[in-house]
Amino acid sequence: MTAQMPMIEMRNVSKHFGSVVALKDISMKVCSGEVMCLLGDNGAGKSTLIKTLSGVHQPTHGEMLLDGEPVRFKSPAYALDAGIATVFQDLAMIPLMSITRNFFMGREPTVGWGPFKRINWKYADRIAKQEMAKIGIDVRDPGQPVGTLSGGERQCVAIARAVYFGAKVLILDEPTSALGVKQASVVLRYIAKARADGLAVIFITHNVHHAYPVADAFTLLKRGGSLGSFRKEDISREEVLNMMAGGAELESLDAELAEFQRSDNERKTSRVSKPTDGDVDADMPNARLAGGY
Amino acid sequence: MQPNHSTSTGNASSAESVARQDERLRAIPLWKKALSRPELGALAGTVLVLAFFIVAARGTGMFTPAGIVNFLEVAAQLGIIATAAALLMIGGEFDLSIGSMIGLAGILIAIPVVQYGFPLWSAILVALACAGLVGWLNGYLVNRTGLPSFIVTLGFLFILRGMAIGISRLLTGRTQIGGIHHHIEGDWLAMLFSGEVATGLFSWMATHGWIATNFAGNPVVTGIPISIVWWLGLTAVATWVLLCTPYGNWIYASGGDANAARNSGVPVHRVKISLFMFTAFSATIFACLQVMDTGSADTIRGLLKELEAIIAVVIGGALLTGGYGSAIGAALGALIFGLVQMGIFYTGVNTDWFQVFLGLMLLIAVLFNNFMRKKVMEAK
Ligand SMILES: Nc1ncnc2c1ncn2[C@@H]1O[C@H](COP(=O)(O)OP(=O)(O)OP(=O)(O)O)[C@@H](O)[C@H]1O
Ligand SMILES: [Mg+2]
Repeated sequence: MTAQMPMIEMRNVSKHFGSVVALKDISMKVCSGEVMCLLGDNGAGKSTLIKTLSGVHQPTHGEMLLDGEPVRFKSPAYALDAGIATVFQDLAMIPLMSITRNFFMGREPTVGWGPFKRINWKYADRIAKQEMAKIGIDVRDPGQPVGTLSGGERQCVAIARAVYFGAKVLILDEPTSALGVKQASVVLRYIAKARADGLAVIFITHNVHHAYPVADAFTLLKRGGSLGSFRKEDISREEVLNMMAGGAELESLDAELAEFQRSDNERKTSRVSKPTDGDVDADMPNARLAGGY
Repeated sequence: MQPNHSTSTGNASSAESVARQDERLRAIPLWKKALSRPELGALAGTVLVLAFFIVAARGTGMFTPAGIVNFLEVAAQLGIIATAAALLMIGGEFDLSIGSMIGLAGILIAIPVVQYGFPLWSAILVALACAGLVGWLNGYLVNRTGLPSFIVTLGFLFILRGMAIGISRLLTGRTQIGGIHHHIEGDWLAMLFSGEVATGLFSWMATHGWIATNFAGNPVVTGIPISIVWWLGLTAVATWVLLCTPYGNWIYASGGDANAARNSGVPVHRVKISLFMFTAFSATIFACLQVMDTGSADTIRGLLKELEAIIAVVIGGALLTGGYGSAIGAALGALIFGLVQMGIFYTGVNTDWFQVFLGLMLLIAVLFNNFMRKKVMEAK
C-alpha cells in the first residue's frame, strides 16, 4: 500500500491571485483506490486547491503529477482529457440548457462522419436518464432545462456527470451540501464504488458523518497552508470533527449556548413571576426545555 | 415512542411525495414543449403581420409573385447577417461592426477590380480574408480583455467605416465605385453571388400559364434571386449546427455561462472567435450580393445594418444575455422586417413611419420573449 505510486500528487504547489495567497506550499498525494478528504474552514483554500488540480487555475509555483508524469493543464478540457472529472462547488451547470445538453457539455457523443457528424441525441438522452436514475432521481424528460430543477437535483446532475466521465481521478467539492439523506447516501456509495474501481477520489465536505465513513485519509487546510495529512487509522471521528470546525471553537460555542439558555430561562421566569400571568404558564418554558434534553 | 412516531410519518410522507412527483412529471403537455421553443413568438408575429398585410395590401400586388420576391429579397439580405448575429448572440456576444464591415468589404471587392484590373474572384477572396481577420481580432480582443463585446465592436464600427472611406478616397479619390457589372460574367466565384436560380422552372411554369407573363410571353418573375438561396441555406445550416452538433452545444453553453462552460471542457475562446469570424464573413457575403446586384460599391453601404440584424434576432426570440435563441427565429425576424418594410410601401403608408413600427415591434418582441421565458422556467 505504502509502496504504491500515487495517482495524483501535488508538490509544493502555491497559488497567488495578485497579492492574495490562496494556497502556499501544498503537498498532497492520493493513490488509486483511495479517498482523500479535504477539510478546512470557509476560505481555507479547498476549492482553490481542487480548481488547480482540475485545470481551472494554473499553479503559481510547484508541480503536479498524474500517474507519475508531470502535468500542466492549460484549461479544464485538458484535465478532463487526462481523466480528471470534477464536481465544482458552483456545479458548472447552464440553467437554460437541458439536462442532456448539460450532462454531455464539452463531451458530446457523436455519430456520422466528417461534416455530417452530429450528436447522438437518442443515446445521450438515454445515458443521462439512466445515470440520473442510478443516483436516485427519476428524470421523465431529459430535455427539461436544468434551471427548472431543484438545487439538490441540479447537484445530482453534476455528480452523475463527473462519475460518468471520471476515469482516473474524481474530485467532489461539497457535493452533498444540498442533498437529502437518500441522495447523499447514494453519493457516498458512489465514492466507495469509485474507490473500488481504482479511482483516486478527492472529497470536500463540512459534514463529518459524510467524511469519516468513506475517507481513507484527511488533509487539513488552514488559511491557504496545509496542516498535514492523516491516515484514518491514526485519527478518531472526534478528532476529525475537531479538525473540521476547530475543537476549541465548538467547546466555546457549547458554553455560549448554555449561557444563552440560562439567561433566557431567567428572563422568562422573572417575567412570568409578575402577578399579571397565571401560575400554569410559569412552568411551561422549563418543562419544554427539560423535555428537549 | 416519540421518535418512533415521527420516523413512521416521515417515511409515509416521503413515499407519498415521490409518488406525487412522478405523477407530476408524467404529464408534460405538448403545448408546453412547443412554448419552450424560442422562435414561437416570432412565428406568431409572422402570422399576425402576414395576415394584416394580406388584408391591408390586397389588390396592391404585394402578394403577386413579383411582390413576394420583392419582400423576400429584403428579408433575405437582412436574414443573411441576422443568422450570424443570432449565433453570436446565443454565444453571448454582440457584433456592432457588421454594418461597417459591409461597407469595407464592398470597397475591398470593387477597388482591385475596377482600379487595378484584378479578376473578381481574387478580390472576393481578399475581402473574405480581411473579414476573417477582423472577426478574429474582434473575438481575440473580447476574450483577452474581458471587455463587453459591445464596446470592442463599437470601436470597430468606427474603425472599419473610417477605413472604407479612407482607402477609397486614397486610392480612387471617390467614395463610390461603379462599373462592376461587366466583370461578373464568367467569373466562377462571382456567379455564386449574382443572378437567379430555377429560371428554367419559372419559364416552364410561364409556358403552362401558371404564373404571370409580360407581353413577350416571358415570366414577370424569371427566377429566385440568389440572395434568397443564401438566406435559406445559411439558416438551414445554422439550425442544424445549433440543434445537432457538439459545436452548437458549445455555442449555447458559452453564451449561457462562459465560466461553467469552460469548467466543463468547452473551448469557449475558440467558439467566440469563430462566431465573430462568422459575422464578419456574413457581412462580406451581404456585400458581395449587393455589389453584384447593383454593380457598384459605396462606402456608406450597410449603415445601421448591425442594429437591424440585432432587431431581427431579438424578434426571433433570442435573449440579449445569451444562451438562448434560434436561427429559425432570426429568419422569421428578418421575414417580419421584409414584410413590414415592403408592406408599408405597397399600402402607401408614408414610409417615414417604418422606423416607428420597427421600434414598436422590437419592444413588443422583447416583452413577449421575457414573459414567455419566465413562464417556461416556472411552468415545469
Ligand atoms: N479568483 C480568485 N481571485 C482572488 N481571490 C480568490 C479567488 N478564488 C479564491 N480566492 C480567495 O482564496 C481564498 C480561498 O478560497 P476558496 O474558495 O478556495 O475557499 P474554500 O476553502 O473552498 O471555502 P468554502 O468552504 O467556503 O468553499 C479566499 O480567501 C478567496 O477569497
Ligand atoms: Mg469551496
